[in-house]
Amino acid sequence: MNLPIYLDYAATTPVDPRVAEKMIPYLTEHFGNPASRSHAFGWAAEEAVENARREVAALFNCDAKEIVWTSGATESINLALKGVAHFYQGKGKHLITVRTEHKATLDTMRELERQGFEVTYLDVDGEGMIDLEALKAALRPDTILVSIMYVNNEIGVIQDIPTIGEWCRERGIVFHVDGVQAVGKLPIDLAELKIDLMSISSHKIYGPKGIGALFVRRKPRIRLEAQMHGGGHERGMRSGTLPTHQIVGIGEAFRLARLEMATEVPRLTRLRDRLLKGLREIEEVYINGTLERRVCNSLNMSFNFVEGESLMMAVRDIAVSSGSACTSASLEPSYVLRALGRSDELAHSSIRFSVGRFTTEEEIDYTVTLVKQKVHKLRELSPLWEMYCDKVDFNQVRWAAH
Amino acid sequence: MAYSEKVLEHYENPRNVGSFDKEEHGVGTGMVGAPACGDVMKLQIKVGKDGVIEDARFKTYGCGSAIASSSLVTEWVKGKTLDEAMAIKNTQIAEELALPPVKIHCSILAEDAIKAAIADYKSKSGVKGQEEETAEATVCAPRPTTA
Repeated sequence: MNLPIYLDYAATTPVDPRVAEKMIPYLTEHFGNPASRSHAFGWAAEEAVENARREVAALFNCDAKEIVWTSGATESINLALKGVAHFYQGKGKHLITVRTEHKATLDTMRELERQGFEVTYLDVDGEGMIDLEALKAALRPDTILVSIMYVNNEIGVIQDIPTIGEWCRERGIVFHVDGVQAVGKLPIDLAELKIDLMSISSHKIYGPKGIGALFVRRKPRIRLEAQMHGGGHERGMRSGTLPTHQIVGIGEAFRLARLEMATEVPRLTRLRDRLLKGLREIEEVYINGTLERRVCNSLNMSFNFVEGESLMMAVRDIAVSSGSACTSASLEPSYVLRALGRSDELAHSSIRFSVGRFTTEEEIDYTVTLVKQKVHKLRELSPLWEMYCDKVDFNQVRWAAH
Repeated sequence: MAYSEKVLEHYENPRNVGSFDKEEHGVGTGMVGAPACGDVMKLQIKVGKDGVIEDARFKTYGCGSAIASSSLVTEWVKGKTLDEAMAIKNTQIAEELALPPVKIHCSILAEDAIKAAIADYKSKSGVKGQEEETAEATVCAPRPTTA
């Protein structure tokens, strides 16, 4: 077993060696511009790009013509939200999203607010789930777009996308889904689901960074106003020379995801559950986000009375993420965990573990042992743990600000 | 974020971890910070008859820099008079540990912890201390560094 152990697959993944191998010839030999129509170099590149488009479409059971290449999910989300808002603003200026969305969505919505759109931010319950009735009540005649993530990046909860899709379709509201964390983990059948736009990324599923896509439905046809102007690539929706090697990479990554999902999802679930079982043995731990509707590879836990960043420092041999924002100047903990109603203390004490294709059982067992040992050590150092053991009522304590 | 060698060293081998009995004669206890802000430091001093700090203990909930800052000040206050200990500035702590700008609040908290422990000792032993500042609401903004 090699150290450090990577358990941050929800942040990014290594490029699968099989993917990297496919990409290399497109950097050196088949370097043509896919838009060059007049020679063999261009034709070879175009064929590779279209082949990759078919692979991405195959994972979602949609038409290859519905896939638009972008530089990644952040760009896809920007294109979807701004593109729809700008195109349909004559129809209405009301948009709906959720407080626990990724910053790519929230910050784009903020920008649209500055441009004069009105945005409703839905709350989630203590388990991270949207109240569907509240969503239904928020839909108005002037609502033009609803944007919701399939799987939350921090806590891994799965929203009820099929139901929301039905409601949006009935009302003629465009429905955008941030599908980044769902790719290769949940079956997504776009022939069945009433999703109009879906943003996806390559680097979360063993493809290269710097490439993503936006699914844009053709039946019923969804219109977008382009945000990037130039040579009219991607049917005018996203100009810019296509990065052939990156596209070959995403295509191969999605092909492998499709072929291996059936065996990989149960394996990841077993590993995650093994981790959960081990860490649950520690006193005063809390799971963030429901376990009932959760993606197979992630686990977010708060270790009460231990600060997240110091815990990450203690477990330097494993690479994980923390909901503690102690590294940022604001000192504010994760807005996602706060939206769940978690106390600031618990938000500061949270760690996200995410397993992936190269995670082994041995790594999980090592992680459990290490975390147990270090939580114990840090609690011995913690005045809050001491107070807890002395049965001090924390609500009665008046803390000095700093 | 990369930690300095000194932060790592204190973090791995924290000095003077533990607690004194709060009620014991000569013990002053300072608890500063708030769980909501991600840092709580408890610093205790034991003052001898000659007014010199004989011993110190700490417990800290917080990031590695907060733990290192409090560990460091327990070493620094030992053998100092109360006035000498009062003169320890956050900038000295930050400099000793090579704290990056985002971690300066950890050194401020450690300075505050010393002052709070001394104030507690003085009030317990009947020495008139300075008026303690108390904040009303928990605001997790680091206050400006003292020059």
